[in-house]
Parts: sequence; structure tokens; C-alpha cells
Amino acid sequence: MSEAAFATRLLLNGQLLVALVAVVALLALGLLGVAMASRPAGRSLIYGGALAVTLVAGLSALTAIAAPPAGIVLPLGIPWIGAHLRLDALSAFFLAVVNLGGAAASLYGLGYGRHDHAPARVLPFFPAFLAGMNMVLLADDAYTFLLSWEFMSLASWALVVAHDKEAGNVRAGLVYILMASFGTLALMLAFGLLAAGSGGGYAFDAMREAPPVGIAAALVLALAMLGAGSKAGLVPLHVWLPLAHPAAPSHVSALMSGVMTKVAVYGFIRIVLDLSGPPDWWWGIPVLAAGGVAAVIGVLQALLQNDIKRVLAYSTIENIGLVFVGLGLALAFSANGFPAAAALALTAALFHVLNHAAMKSLLFFGAGAVLTATGTRQMEDLGGLIHRMPVTSAVMLIGCAAISALPPLNGFASEWLVFQAVLLSPDLPAWGLRLMVPAVGALMALAAALAAACFVRLYGIAFLGRARSPNAAEAHEVDAFSRAAMIALAAVCVGAGLLPGLFIDALQPAVAGLIGETMPSQRSVAWLSIIPVAESRSSYNALLVFGFSAVSALIAAVVIHRFASRAVRRAPPWDCGFPNASPLAQYSAASFAQPIRRVFARGLFAARETVEMPPPGALTPARISTSARDPAWAFLFLPLTAAVGAVAERANKLQYLTIRQYLGLVFSALVLLLLVLALWT
Amino acid sequence: MANLLVQGTQMLLVLALAPLLTGLVRKAKARLTRRRGASVLQPYRDLARLMRKEVVLAENASWLFRVVPYLVFAATWVAAALVPTFATGLIFSWSADLIAITALIGSARFFLALAGMDVGTSFGGLGSSREVMISSLAEPAMIMIVFSLALVAHSTQLSTIASVMLAGVGLRVSLALALVALLMVAVAENGRIPVDNPSTHLELTMVHEAMVLEYSGRHLALIELAAQLKLLLFLSLVACVFVPWGLAPVGAGPSAMVLGMATYGGKLAVGALLVAVFETSIAKMRVFRVPDFLGAALMLGLLGTLLLFVSGIL
Repeated sequence: MSEAAFATRLLLNGQLLVALVAVVALLALGLLGVAMASRPAGRSLIYGGALAVTLVAGLSALTAIAAPPAGIVLPLGIPWIGAHLRLDALSAFFLAVVNLGGAAASLYGLGYGRHDHAPARVLPFFPAFLAGMNMVLLADDAYTFLLSWEFMSLASWALVVAHDKEAGNVRAGLVYILMASFGTLALMLAFGLLAAGSGGGYAFDAMREAPPVGIAAALVLALAMLGAGSKAGLVPLHVWLPLAHPAAPSHVSALMSGVMTKVAVYGFIRIVLDLSGPPDWWWGIPVLAAGGVAAVIGVLQALLQNDIKRVLAYSTIENIGLVFVGLGLALAFSANGFPAAAALALTAALFHVLNHAAMKSLLFFGAGAVLTATGTRQMEDLGGLIHRMPVTSAVMLIGCAAISALPPLNGFASEWLVFQAVLLSPDLPAWGLRLMVPAVGALMALAAALAAACFVRLYGIAFLGRARSPNAAEAHEVDAFSRAAMIALAAVCVGAGLLPGLFIDALQPAVAGLIGETMPSQRSVAWLSIIPVAESRSSYNALLVFGFSAVSALIAAVVIHRFASRAVRRAPPWDCGFPNASPLAQYSAASFAQPIRRVFARGLFAARETVEMPPPGALTPARISTSARDPAWAFLFLPLTAAVGAVAERANKLQYLTIRQYLGLVFSALVLLLLVLALWT
Repeated sequence: MANLLVQGTQMLLVLALAPLLTGLVRKAKARLTRRRGASVLQPYRDLARLMRKEVVLAENASWLFRVVPYLVFAATWVAAALVPTFATGLIFSWSADLIAITALIGSARFFLALAGMDVGTSFGGLGSSREVMISSLAEPAMIMIVFSLALVAHSTQLSTIASVMLAGVGLRVSLALALVALLMVAVAENGRIPVDNPSTHLELTMVHEAMVLEYSGRHLALIELAAQLKLLLFLSLVACVFVPWGLAPVGAGPSAMVLGMATYGGKLAVGALLVAVFETSIAKMRVFRVPDFLGAALMLGLLGTLLLFVSGIL
């Protein structure tokens, strides 16, 4: 492309300009972070700056969802190609999610960062990580996309190993960087196949014009699932996620779990729904299967963890599974000629992307607040925080209820939409899909119920009951910045839950760009209800359900207090006549999970309980220990690493050959290559 | 306007009838075991007595513990008010479909399970832990039942489902499976024998009663009333979907309404009798047998849904 072409391709609008300036500003903040890290003002400067930039970028992206797409080619990167950047409705939606999530994390970081003992290892990378995610969403050619993707991975890797002295963090970083490299490799191959179709054009426009067909298209789907799925945390490529997300500082955990996984979802949508042309009828099947399996395995694993942040990380896998179920349904519907149903499924998936970003960031902030206040993430050492940390425990209650898909909060709204999409699928013509969809629906319902169990456990053990350690008994509420960030996100959870119609309408430009059809407009529906298909079919009005319940509760309270009794007497707990036992005699996280562990986790997860009962008269205490495994490690990664080790062991012999053997090796390699060449032609 | 009246009557009706239903079940159980039993009005007297008593609150109970009874009661009442009892024309039926009603019951359970853990006693934790284990299978089974009904009626709206059922859909295998699954889920959701025993205390197999052990006075009254409402809700659900005869259709006149109420009363009485007969003729299960029981319900629900996906007429 010539110099003149760069100028002619300018189609800049205000929002794209804001997004570009935001990327540059974030990168500059990263550089500033290197210089300012050791100064006391550095933290306020970096997090304050990141807050301002992401807030502006996020709000500007919100306005860009409904705006026409804008693009620009910058003379950066590979000389003849340049860096193509584009802002369409889909990128604008994800930019809004990323930047508003980033703004919340920056606000939280203003307070939380005060306790960081190694700010120089966090401050430069935090804005860089945000910049990387922004760049991925703006990229409009394969080179820029992959470069940004790698930049995002590396910046987040640096944040994962920021606290390298803590046990396990270095290993988490190693597993993460390996899986990230694998994911990028898969994406690189996917883009290679896409570019091959267009005769080597790396710009997304060229790929769109010549989408792959047949085997190549199937391979692109598989590679996108591997590449984007490994970043998003699809089973069995999720193994790095529960190690890496908790290892990072809590506001970065929130970004990685709440936001970066969404960038991965964006990558998948961009490649499969946008660049690969019209989908084949069966594309939905692997996506649905991966989503359903990830949802159930993720939440079951979450139930077996005792570390709050690991519980949250595994729960991310569950929610990503739910998003992929929505995407799989969208693929199935759009491939089989049901664009309206596809629009519903895609809207549900995108709405859940937004909801999960809000609630998972909120929950990670809460986990960070607990960590600050008590110095531990182990549920077994917590308890009774509702008395010590009133604000944190109130917003965490909202977060836990939202992620457990309880009405009238936002988690339920998006899950309800997915269920409505499932109920449309008997119309699908293909038998494979018809049998698959109800099974996936059952998996989703199971995952939702288990998620409620998981978050009853998390909240009940950590925040309710009595303190299990002195640290928990003396916890203090966290600073105002952290509280503000959590309250803001809780407000998003409540708002999106009560007024889902507004959000659904706002998503429609992004849906229309991919499916070519939208859901019916919810703005005209009376009483702010949502009606996904038709009024006779289904409708849901969170506002009314909430109002009804609130009024009923209020009536009950007023009537009882007015006409019956309002007397309260404090007394020791009853507990069937055995009060005042040690707080350690409460139900613990492990004992709470015991019934579910026995029912669900015996086979696949090999959950075992070992009881050591000393003989009568012995002074040693009786012990019970539990163990469980992640099937992905047991069946895939441990055998794989063992195999790689074995091959390396064998190959090691090649280092100690004599000169004659080396010459022989070179000669036979030469002969072999010539033979191949001869046979090829 | 008529629909608003129906809705208002329904809200008060379910509240007024719920203790009577429990009283009826208890009376029938007592007669079946050759006892005379308390009057069917005893649950009302119990509630009134509990309401008047002071609340004895554990020293370390938090605000959540005091709020939960109201939340649980409100969520259950709203859910019960949205299931058609004597007429289908409920004005607010579109505000929550059957999936949302299921989730509302789930909300009530979520908060009750949290309240069980608030005081930090071992019994509370035991009850909550087992309750979530049971619900983790009962809820997906319920969703599968909802799927079956929705696929037959092409709607998740309960009023529409009831109208479709009233118009007649014929005998279907999938609906039979859904009915069996729904009965199993209803037994588990209400903590009835063989899953749980509502009349035991101090027994290691208790679930619901263990969770609410620390409650007293008006709080306990609300929780008991919510439990009674839930029993009524599930009986009404079975009645309106599987025996919808007598339901007054939308816009029906007063005579149809009266007929609807009369048949509804009859259905509840029969339901109470059946519950009593079932409970007296079966033994309580061990806690770890419950997952098998509910797993069967889940599989039946899934099978019904699969049949409908395979063919719309099964």
C-alpha cells in the first residue's frame, strides 16, 4: 500500500480518536509508572490517570455502539501493510466493558494499591495491560491483533508474577505463559488460514471478502476455540486460569477474570461470527458442548476450593461456559436460518458478558478487601466479617446473589434469556443439534443451581458465623476508594438486573452487525418488561417482581410490628442445647461442601476423604483430610508434560554423539529432504 | 380491572388457605395413624401465638438474620400469587414466567440457607449444607419440567400454559414424565417425607428444621408461613397444569369464579389427602439416598424434554 493510500483510508470519527488517544495515554502511563513507581505519589498518579482515561474511553465507547463503524490505517507495524484499526458496534461494546471494568479497577487500585509491598512490579504493567486489551479490540488486521494479544498476555503475565515471593505464584506464571503462547500459536494459524483464502491479505476486510470454506473453515473454528478458548478458560484449556487469576493483586485479578476473559470472547466472536463467513450447520455443536462442560466442571471445581480467589476464578470458567452456550446457540440458529432466534441467543451471550464483568470484578474486589482486612484468602480462617465490614459484606451479598442467578439481579436476566433461546431450538432441523440442546440446557440448569450452592458457601463461611481466627475477629472495613468501586459495581448489577430492556436495546447494533437481525425493541414494551420473542411466549419484569417482593416484605414487617410483637431479646445461641462451642466447631468450608463433594465429585474429580482415627487412649487428635483433582490435569496435562519430558530425555542423547555420527545424521537428513523434494514434484 | 381483582383475591386467598392446607395434611396423617390429631385450624393458632411472642435472638446474629424471614416470606408469597389457583386471568402473570417463579423460590432458599449459617452453630451449617445439596438437583429437575411444559404450550407463561392445558393437549408421554418428576421435586422442595421430615427436631437427618433452629417468635412464624405457602404453591402448580378443569378462563363471570374456587378447594383437599397417604406409607430416606431420588427426577425431566425435542407430539 502506498503512502497516499494511508491518507485515503482515513475514516476517523470522534470515538475512534478518543480510543486511540486512550491507548497512547495508557501506554504513556505505563512508562510513567516505571519512573514514578518508587515515589509515594506514583500510585495516585498512575491509578488516577488510568481511572480518568478509561472512564472517558468507556463512556465514549458507549456512544460508539450505535454509531456507524469507523476505521483508520496507521503507518505502523509491517511496512507495506500498516496497522489497520477499526471501531464497529461489536468492538465498541467490548471497549465499553473493558474500559468501565478498567475504571472500576483503577478506582479500587487507588485504595488497594496502598498495601502493595512491591509497587514497582505492578504500576508500570497495570496501564499497559489496559492498553493491550484496548488495542486487541481496535485491531482490524491479523498482525495488529496478534501483536496486541501478545502484549496483553505479557503485561498480564508480569502482573501475575508481581508477587513472586508468595508460594505458587511463579509456577502460576509459568503455566500461564505456556498456555498463552499456545493460544497465540493457535490464533496465528487460524489467521493464516483466513488470510490464505483472501490470497494473503492480512486486513480483516480482505478476509471477510474471501471467507474460508470446507475443511479450512472447520479448522479455523477449531483453532479459534483453542486460541480464544484457552484465554477465556474453556475446559480443558482452563488449567492456568485458577492458578494465575488469584496470584495477581486483587484489582488485577478482577481485570483478568472480569475483563480479559471477555477480550477472549471478543476474539472468538470476531473470528467465527465475523471473519469466517456464514457458519456450517454443525458449528454450534462443539461450541455448545464446550460451553456446557465448562459451566458444570467450573462450578463443581469452585465448590471444592477453600481459597476465595480460587473459588472466584473457577466460577469464571462456569460463566464463560454460559457465554459460549449462548454463542453456540447463536451459531446453530444463524446457520440453520433462524436469524431472530440467533439474535436472541447472541444478545443473551453479550448481556452475560457485561453482567459477568460487573459481578466478577465486584466479587474479586470484595475478596481483595477481605485479604486487606484479614491477611488471608482461606475461607477456613474467616467468618463473622458481616459484623466487622458492613459495606463490603453488603455489596458482596449483592454480588453473590447476582452470580447465583437470583431474580431480580442481572445474572438471572441473562440466564433467563439463554433459557428462552434454548426453548426456541426444537425448530432446528438437524438431529444432532436437537438432541444436544436439551442436554446443554440441563447442564446449564445444573450449573446455575450449583453456583447458588457455591456462593451460599462462600458468603456463609467467610462473612457469616463466628470468626475462625484472630485476624478475622479484628478485621476493619477497607478504605473509601475500594468501597466506592465496589458500590459502583453493585449498582451496575442491580441496575442491569432491574432494567434489562435498556441493556438489550443498547446491544442491538452489535448483534445486527453479526447476525443481520435484531431482537424486537424492548423500549416500547409496557412497564419496562422484557419480551424476547412474543408476549404470549414469555415475558419477565424484574422491576415489578422486585417491587412486589419489597412491598410484600414491607407489609409483613409493618403489620407484624404494629399488631403483633416487636420485642427482641438477645440470648446465647440455642444450637439444640450445646451453645458456646469453639468457633472451630462451626461448619467449615470443607464440611459445607461435603454432601456435594460426595454426590458429584467422586468419579471425575476423584474426591476422597481420609479419616485418621487414633486408637482409644491415644493423645493424637483425629484428622479428616480431603483431596480432589482437576481432571484436565490428571488426564491431559500431566500425561502431556510426562511425554514431553520423556521425549526430551531421549533427544538429550543427541548431544553426546561422535563427529562421525553427527556427519551421518546430517547426510541422512539431506538425503531424506531430497527424497521428499523428488517425490513432491 | 377484573384481572386486578382476580390478582388481589388470589394474593389474599393463598395467604389465607396456606395454614389450612398444612392443618389438613396433619389432620389426615393423624387420622391415618389412628390418632385424633389437632384441629385443622391449629396452624393458624400456632402462627398467632408465635407472632405475639418476643424474638429471642442469638447474641451474634447479624442484620441479615433479622431480614431474611421477611425476604423469604415475600419471595414465596409473590411466587405463590403468580400461580393460577382458581382463575387464569392474573393481571401480573406476565411479570414472571415459570422460570422466574422457580428462581424466586430459589432466592428464598438462598437467603434461608445463608441465615442458617449466620449464628455460626453446627446445626445451622448442617441444615444449609444439605439444603443446597438437595436444591442443586431439585432446581435443574424443575427447570427441565418447565422446559417440557413450555415446549408443549409454546410458552413459559403459567397463565398461557394453564389455558393450553385447559383446552386439552391429549395424553402425552412427555407430560406424564414431567408429572412424575414434578411430584418428586415437590416432595423435595417442601421437605416432605421421604426427603426430609417437617415434624422432627434433634434428628441428624433433618434439613429444613436444622436451618431454622435459631429462629423464634415472629421470625419463625414468617418462615413457617412461607413453608406453608410453598406447599400450597406446589399443589396449585400441579393442579393448574395437570388438572386444570374448573379454572376460570380470562374474563369469566362471577359464577365461573365461584366454580373455580370450589374446584380449587376440592383439588387442594384431595392433594392434602394424597400427601398424607403418601407420607404415612413410606419411610424417610437416608440423606445420601436423596441424590438418587432427585437424580431420577432430573433424568425423567430431561427425558421428557428430549422426547419433545425429538417430536412435538410425544
